[in-house]
Amino acid sequence: MAMTPTGGDATTELPVFCLTDEHEHAAGGSTLLGFWIYLMSDCLLFAALFATYGVLGGSYAAGPAPKDLFELPLVAVNTSMLLLSSITYGFAMLATYKGRVGATQGWLIITALFGLAFVGIELYEFTHMIHDGATPQRSAFLSAFFTLVGTHGLHVTVGLVWMVTLMLQVGQRGLIPENVRRLACLSLFWHFLDVIWIGVFTFVYLGGMLR
Amino acid sequence: MLCACHAVVLNPSGDVAQQQRDLLVYSTVLMLIVIVPVMVMTALFAWRYRQSNRAARYEPDWDHSIHLELVIWAVPLLIIIGLGGLTWVGTHLLDPYRSLSRIKPGESMEYAARPLQVDVVALDWKWLFIYPEYGIATVNELAAPLDRPIEFRITASSVMNSLFIPALAGQIYAMPGMETQLHAVANTAGDYQGFSANYSGAGFSGMHFMFRALVDRDFEQWLARMRAGGGVLRRSDYLRLEQPSENEPVHSFAAVDPSLYRAILNRCVEAGKPCANDMMMIDQ
Amino acid sequence: MSTDSLMKIAFGRLTLEAFPLHEPILVATFAGVALGGAMLLGVISYFRLWGYLWREWFTTIDHKRIGIMYMILGLVMLLRGFSDALMMRLQQAVAFGGAEGFLPADHYDQIFTAHGVIMIFFMAMPFITGLMNFVVPLQIGARDVSFPFLNNFSFWMTAMGAALVMVSLFVGEFARTGWLAYPPLSGIAYSPDVGVDYYIWALQIAGVGTLLSGVNLIATIVKLRAPGMTMMKMPIFTWTALCTNVLIVAAFPILTVTLALLSLDRYVGTDFFTNDLGGNPMMYVNLIWIWGHPEVYILILPIFGVFSEVTATFSGKRLFGYTSMVYATVVITILSYLVWLHHFFTMGSGASVNSFFGITTMIISIPTGAKMFNWLFTLYRGRIRFELPMMWTLAFMLTFVIGGMTGVLLAVPPADFVLHNSLFLVAHFHNVIIGGVVFGVFAGISYWFPKAFGFRLDPFWGKMSFWFWVTGFYLAFMPLYVLGLMGVTRRLRHFEDPTLQVWFVIAAVGTALILLGIVSFLIQIYVSIRRREALRDRTGDPWGGRTLEWSTASPPPEYNFAFTPVVHDNDAWWDMKHRGFRRPVAGFNAILMPRNTGAGFILAALSAIFGFAMIWHIWWLAALGLVAVLAVAIAHTFNYQRDFQIPANEVERTEAGRTRLLAAQA
Repeated sequence: MAMTPTGGDATTELPVFCLTDEHEHAAGGSTLLGFWIYLMSDCLLFAALFATYGVLGGSYAAGPAPKDLFELPLVAVNTSMLLLSSITYGFAMLATYKGRVGATQGWLIITALFGLAFVGIELYEFTHMIHDGATPQRSAFLSAFFTLVGTHGLHVTVGLVWMVTLMLQVGQRGLIPENVRRLACLSLFWHFLDVIWIGVFTFVYLGGMLR
Repeated sequence: MLCACHAVVLNPSGDVAQQQRDLLVYSTVLMLIVIVPVMVMTALFAWRYRQSNRAARYEPDWDHSIHLELVIWAVPLLIIIGLGGLTWVGTHLLDPYRSLSRIKPGESMEYAARPLQVDVVALDWKWLFIYPEYGIATVNELAAPLDRPIEFRITASSVMNSLFIPALAGQIYAMPGMETQLHAVANTAGDYQGFSANYSGAGFSGMHFMFRALVDRDFEQWLARMRAGGGVLRRSDYLRLEQPSENEPVHSFAAVDPSLYRAILNRCVEAGKPCANDMMMIDQ
Repeated sequence: MSTDSLMKIAFGRLTLEAFPLHEPILVATFAGVALGGAMLLGVISYFRLWGYLWREWFTTIDHKRIGIMYMILGLVMLLRGFSDALMMRLQQAVAFGGAEGFLPADHYDQIFTAHGVIMIFFMAMPFITGLMNFVVPLQIGARDVSFPFLNNFSFWMTAMGAALVMVSLFVGEFARTGWLAYPPLSGIAYSPDVGVDYYIWALQIAGVGTLLSGVNLIATIVKLRAPGMTMMKMPIFTWTALCTNVLIVAAFPILTVTLALLSLDRYVGTDFFTNDLGGNPMMYVNLIWIWGHPEVYILILPIFGVFSEVTATFSGKRLFGYTSMVYATVVITILSYLVWLHHFFTMGSGASVNSFFGITTMIISIPTGAKMFNWLFTLYRGRIRFELPMMWTLAFMLTFVIGGMTGVLLAVPPADFVLHNSLFLVAHFHNVIIGGVVFGVFAGISYWFPKAFGFRLDPFWGKMSFWFWVTGFYLAFMPLYVLGLMGVTRRLRHFEDPTLQVWFVIAAVGTALILLGIVSFLIQIYVSIRRREALRDRTGDPWGGRTLEWSTASPPPEYNFAFTPVVHDNDAWWDMKHRGFRRPVAGFNAILMPRNTGAGFILAALSAIFGFAMIWHIWWLAALGLVAVLAVAIAHTFNYQRDFQIPANEVERTEAGRTRLLAAQA
């Protein structure tokens, strides 16, 4: 069947079927939505890891249990590092929306330092545990612990790499719309990791001490 | 030979399997109430409304009917409600972990014999059956007297398998370090196929055994034969049996270490290995 | 340092033994592949097509071309997956009593594993992704997807996953675990060889591609619809695509985690799914099916969309009950998350848990049934044309309901206890996947082929393919229902009972017919290309279509629409045709389009190298590959020049060409 463009008769108003005068779709208009959707998939990734920890977290195989391993004061310091880094990233975004490159970069560096401190303390905690024989291979509980907490730490590390890259790009091109979008995405990512961490220290560290 | 009367699922000899078959039939009938009209309508509409049939009415813009929608959603919903009820009741009554409520239709458990306990271990790639009451064990052969409830406790040595004797009852997974249960009863004498219904590796195709439903006297004779056949199943013998082998011939053991099954279940047959249940006690 | 340890460092556990030189079937296959491959490469080189292929296809970000590449991938993998099926059917038809057949266990077990993995991940997924990729932007009046570069990257990741599976045929071996690789069998203790590692890395790499594709299409459908196209005015195929991609985003992370945990067990010695030290293989079964059930709905939902479009178009009628179709799709999407346990009723979860999941499974049949009725009532009082897409649709309607019925049967736990893992189950899922997905893919291909290539597919060979497929399917799978009721379990390579053989022979005959169906399809493509002038679609609307893709030329220009359409009603193109739409012939503007890029191909290739290195424990290569992936990805972000303008006069020239073509038709 061929297409038959029928015309209306002269007395009726033809509906508009084409946008003859269109302004371009804002470039990157989908970016934030797309990143949110990706972030939700990442959330599900963590959900699966939490579920695994929930099921296997009590299987110590007659080995060390949370009470034997977790040093809550250290975890508290770690947590504060991450929470502070979220606050400083917030300041970075405020500076970004004001178009202030220098302030943005400054706050990003501080955020990165806090993030680095978080990862460093976590690595210290892990090496300490492994040194004491609480390896990921020792029991299902430890496998689940190292994987859940380690995956979060890996995400933070990736975030730090991203942060450095963005600082370079902002340094090169300034706060152009594309870079502002990227900073907004990293902001979502960073705060998301903070929320996941709250889940981790609640269910893993605090919950573990109560088991 | 071409007929489905060999179809053991539709014509099983054990009461549990028969009840499962009944559920299958009821569910099929319930669904045919929808399926048959759908298939008939598909053929009918395709034929009647073909382009060359100018006699048929053509209504290109008719795309909505609240009455039809009501029927389309309500009828399947009602059928599913019926099927759902059947499912809830049937699933609870036929729970493999639940003790039998009858020996056969019309014969309650009142005068039933004491249950026959069989401990089952799925190995690579053969089946070990231990009879704790009689102190014997068999490989790739299972026998039971008629009309006596059987209580299976099932585990595996290495990977997931599934104990399945279609003529007797439904299947249940056999998993290492875990124990599953199956309750069944054989009502008709005969030899029936049993096998693993979950792929477990290279020797899987040879992992079948004979289930022999015997009248009491024949069962006593079978037991006597097992005892006379000799062979001892100690932990060391089990460790040798556990080694992978395919198409294992039927053989038996006249004496079995009574603690063997629990050791297999808790994965501490080897000397020095901690038992899983002990480790769980420590964890508590 | 000895040569031995140097070799170990350089090549990991890859040795000459990994090449199956002593297996005649594989050597012959390799010879065939090498010959065919060499010929293909020779032809491309002779006609100097490498530049063209790289510039126009490998680096393309055009959703239409990416969609076509997905379809080609699906077709190639269909051939591979079907060869596996042929071999299995042959083995099972002959291996009785003393006869051992021609496939020893370690071959047969790889073949049935590969068959399942390939058909689901590398045949069905690429086919539906290809259809959605090609059609959705056109249906919503957009110029491309939201993230064109990511689209290209997603395709290459899927293709590299497929490549790894193909490589496993000649270097090492594939998994021998079944397509879902349950532990403990798939753990390092019982599968120490590379097979399961090929499985893991192929799926992880392809999985990244699929997940990103899901993000892409959701953003596209939410953000890039033409003005006036509200959600309830979207074409039904776009609705099903939206729900499918929501399922993809919500399900694939679970697969990623599950395979990652399995690989940690295998590489590092953790205890997630081991028998000792607290591991729990049942956790794997739960997790993998929490992904696995939504996966099968991912496969079928877009196909339901295809059938909706085809039924409405070839009945010359509006789709019956559009609103309830949308609600049914959404309900199916949500419910598909609440049924996963029906895949392992026999694992011993207890009667209440089993009943709950059995009942939720049955509830899903209600919206599915509603869809079936809606298609029926679209046919009712329509004027039905039996073109190929419609033939496939009718075959689907008759076939799928049988599969759906047996599915509801299996959803009754006590019934499942006697049918789980039997050939009845195998018949059921092939019934719904072939009767549903495969028939739907063929419907979609014959429907949209003219849009993609500018000429229709040859109807005669299409009908041959159709009849061979349909009769072949019934002959191949109805006997399996019977065998399941006779108590036969799946994945066996040898049988003792000779009374079973006749059924297996019938199934083998059916498979041979399907082979003829596939061959007919290949002939159809060849003949269609040769006869393309006679089959040419000059108007862009060969079927009297109802949705926006039919308003474009066949094939559409790079930019799809010179002017973004404005939508007023469902079946937007039908509305335009009947309410006086006049195609604009002047006043064109420049159009901003994304540039092609090689970064997607390069990143995917590096990922594949990383995967290969991980499989063979070539640690230096794995580290290098990982670093390279990160470096290229970061470098790519420094490229800010991603777009270019198509000048207005070029748009004008393209549109003028179409104006002339349409005028010649009138």
